[in-house]
Amino acid sequence: MIYRENGQFKTSYGADQQIFPIAQDRWAVIAIIAFAFVGVPLLADEYMFRAILIPFLILSLAALGVNLLVGYCGQITLGAGAFMAIGAYAAYNFLIRVDGMPLLAALLLGGLTSAAMGIIFGIPSLRVRGLYLAVATLAAQFFWDWAFLRIKWFTNDSSSGSVSVSNLDFFGWNVDAPAEKYLFCLGMLVVFGFLAKNLTRASIGRQWMAIRDMDVAAEVIGIRPMWAKLSAFAVSSFFVGVAGAMWGFVHLGSWEPAAFSVDRSFQLLFMVIIGGLGSIVGSFFGAAFIVVLPIFLNQFLPVLGRLVGISISTAAVSHAELIIFGALIVFFLIVEPHGLARLWATSKEKLRLWPFPH
Amino acid sequence: MSKKIGDVVLDLQNISLRFGGVKALTDISFDVREHEVRAIIGPNGAGKSSMLNVINGVYHPQDGKIFFHGQERKQMDPHLAAAQGISRTFQNIALFKGMSVLDNIMTGRTLKMKSNLLLQAIWWGPARNEEIAHRKKVEEIIDFLEIQHIRKTPVGRLPYGLQKRVDLGRALAMEPKILLLDEPMAGMNVEEKQDMCRFILDVNDQFGTTIVLIEHDMGVVMDISDRVVVLDYGKKIGDGLPDEVRSSPEVIKAYLGAGH
Repeated sequence: MIYRENGQFKTSYGADQQIFPIAQDRWAVIAIIAFAFVGVPLLADEYMFRAILIPFLILSLAALGVNLLVGYCGQITLGAGAFMAIGAYAAYNFLIRVDGMPLLAALLLGGLTSAAMGIIFGIPSLRVRGLYLAVATLAAQFFWDWAFLRIKWFTNDSSSGSVSVSNLDFFGWNVDAPAEKYLFCLGMLVVFGFLAKNLTRASIGRQWMAIRDMDVAAEVIGIRPMWAKLSAFAVSSFFVGVAGAMWGFVHLGSWEPAAFSVDRSFQLLFMVIIGGLGSIVGSFFGAAFIVVLPIFLNQFLPVLGRLVGISISTAAVSHAELIIFGALIVFFLIVEPHGLARLWATSKEKLRLWPFPH
Repeated sequence: MSKKIGDVVLDLQNISLRFGGVKALTDISFDVREHEVRAIIGPNGAGKSSMLNVINGVYHPQDGKIFFHGQERKQMDPHLAAAQGISRTFQNIALFKGMSVLDNIMTGRTLKMKSNLLLQAIWWGPARNEEIAHRKKVEEIIDFLEIQHIRKTPVGRLPYGLQKRVDLGRALAMEPKILLLDEPMAGMNVEEKQDMCRFILDVNDQFGTTIVLIEHDMGVVMDISDRVVVLDYGKKIGDGLPDEVRSSPEVIKAYLGAGH
């Protein structure tokens, strides 16, 4: 009854095309963002910030980037981890090699470098598609894994191969306490989330989706496949690159190339598949599912065990965690192959009509 | 109808198209005049769809010349053809299934939208104004095709007849000079066919769009087209006014077999 748009009349196309046309959606989003900025820092402890919230925010940003490419433009990629690494190492090099480079500029330059590489490694998409493209993008992953491990220039000739960043200074604001890192990541994610949403509802987003759904027809109505695909690779890699730089700078602090291995690429791809291909909110759901659920299970299982009078050993918990996690993935993919976002959309549609079935 | 048929806009001369050893089109010449409804008919496999694909640059003929507005077109690709004002619909509906009706038709305006990616990302100034201006145009098309009630529905959920209409809408959104329709009435019932005929004639009449259509329903073809080209096995066997074509012995032979 509450979620209903009756009486919300649009009198101009501008009003109908605003980012959240339904007033309840608008208020909900404002409320969530306000709570995330004000409420969460008051409630969460340091462990929450470090282990759950910061990884969730950064990986959401990366998943958002992957979703723009895979979900909206239909180009499968298994190289997302490499583009995170490019973002991280490029930002690192800009920061240490250019005097007085501001943190934000380094992050964005890292993203731009990643975007440029995205265009180069996106070129195979002009000829191959589907699984073959996935394999072609894997080349990016292997190449950059190798490059960051072997080419010492990238790591500033560090003997151990790991690099570290300290004293994050964001226009005079020293981002070092976990709560501050959280706020910084949250701010970035909100900005990038809105950018992604705008892109997907504008002309460029429609071009991406047209290429995804029917590329021959898209070409016939005047969309250039090369421009559409490569712009998707560039924008996606930019998002992923910025996320990678933040992962290195803000979350890890010091890192090795292994932080951005092919596992990370798979993880990001799974996030968008489980969360919902072609859905902004789905990227957040997917990231939450993959990041938060294992930790939640880990904490929750012993509690559940005590309730029924069984004490579960730590080893058993970690096994059970993997089993349940796997089972849940299978469950959600069977119930709704289009991801959590589709479940969300369906329930919203039902809610609009509730209590009537039609 | 007192419309004025103008000069030749599209002139195809001696077009031949081969796929390896298969001759899809052999030495076909015909022209299309401004504001007319030109039908291409023929039995299955006659090369009708190939002909449309040649016109809008999907296929490149091995021989022959195409003159569009008096200029020879070389190395055509679909994107260029679209930019010159040739749009088309598809035999097996080729809509963007994951998008709403509105977005599908908006996609047809892509070539006319100029704002850059950064402005689109912040949804500001020119990008926003452009989006709204084009929305207005698209709404006119939606009104014209009488599909207001489904504008926000994903096209995948629509029945076949409506999908065909959206397909036409997307082609119209380009404001084409020439509209190529590949079997716009295939698989429709009588009422849907009547609606579609009305839309085609209205497009031709109100916007002055030149129409080239492929159709199997002879009643429709004879009723709405100004001139008809008949293809059979990739060769042209007839060309002229509907009545002339209908009485041509060669056409009757192709359609009904040699015995008649």
